Amino acid sequence: MTGQTLELFQGCGEEQPDARSVRPVFLALYFLLGLAFGFVLSRSEVLSWFRIQEMFRFQSFRMYGIIGSAVVTAALSLALLKGFNVKALSGDQISVPAKTMENGIRYLLGGSIFGVGWALTGACPGPLVALIGNGVTVMIAAVLSALIGTWVYAWLRRWLPH
Amino acid sequence: MVSWLKDQWPWYVAGPVIGSFVPALLLVGNKVFGISGNLSHLCAAINPGKLEYFRYDWRRVGLWNLVFLLGVLSGGFLAGHIGAQHFIAISAATKESLAKMGIHDFSGVAPHEIFTWQALFTARGLILIVVGGFLVGFGTAYAAGCTSGHAISGLANFQLPSLIAVIGFFAGGLTATYFIMPFVVGHL
Repeated sequence: MTGQTLELFQGCGEEQPDARSVRPVFLALYFLLGLAFGFVLSRSEVLSWFRIQEMFRFQSFRMYGIIGSAVVTAALSLALLKGFNVKALSGDQISVPAKTMENGIRYLLGGSIFGVGWALTGACPGPLVALIGNGVTVMIAAVLSALIGTWVYAWLRRWLPH
Repeated sequence: MVSWLKDQWPWYVAGPVIGSFVPALLLVGNKVFGISGNLSHLCAAINPGKLEYFRYDWRRVGLWNLVFLLGVLSGGFLAGHIGAQHFIAISAATKESLAKMGIHDFSGVAPHEIFTWQALFTARGLILIVVGGFLVGFGTAYAAGCTSGHAISGLANFQLPSLIAVIGFFAGGLTATYFIMPFVVGHL
């Protein structure tokens, strides 16, 4: 599960295949953070199909303001964490592994395919799940379909350009 | 009850709070904020088949993220029950554009005319929910990330692949909004 897997496994947003198992007390922390995130997705309304339509139609600054200020906040705090060599609560040295570029086509093609799905469902993966919590239970069907989509990608990936 | 628990947040509060999940996860356990990896973890857990892509220890790699996702579900439930989102205050221009496609019910977080179990088995329900969901799963796996992993974590880390992915997100989203949806929502 080391070098070779690292190259093979470029799971979505998950580039730490050599990570150690997580202690239960930390799982509780991740649950609480997730709880907060689900709440934030709801109150910020980024889980709303209406807001996503408004964004793709350039009819409001709101979503751009949210994504833009989220990136700035994340970038500044990331620079601070790296600059001060901060250690995580778990004892790990904080590091963000870079995505491999390859020839970049997977990001453009995969990104565009996801973009179509984002507009149709009006939700990215986090919001899809938060919507189920919010009572839009039909999104269970969208999540199941997304699982099939990921599975089909894994099946077809050797024939796809990366 | 405190109003910020019940009401919509302005963008300049919502954005920084969302962005702060990146340092929060790094500070807790050096974890990179990104939701869509969970789709792989779930596949690896439920039905990996013989596919190489799913041959990793999902518990060790992704259990923390699945627990985070369970939290997201619960957070959505909490938000839906302690405050009401009767109407999302979208712009008049958007209402007008959507009305042209035949969307007239603006209550709730997603249009009731499409996102209900009854509508799931209509052509537009199938395309928006099932096909849309499939493309979300396929696309995020292919692009190795979604809005959280690329647009937020990746851009914040100044990664070129993430910038390319985000350009793709908008290329796809705009194509769907202007060319696919007017037909699917308006004519099916």
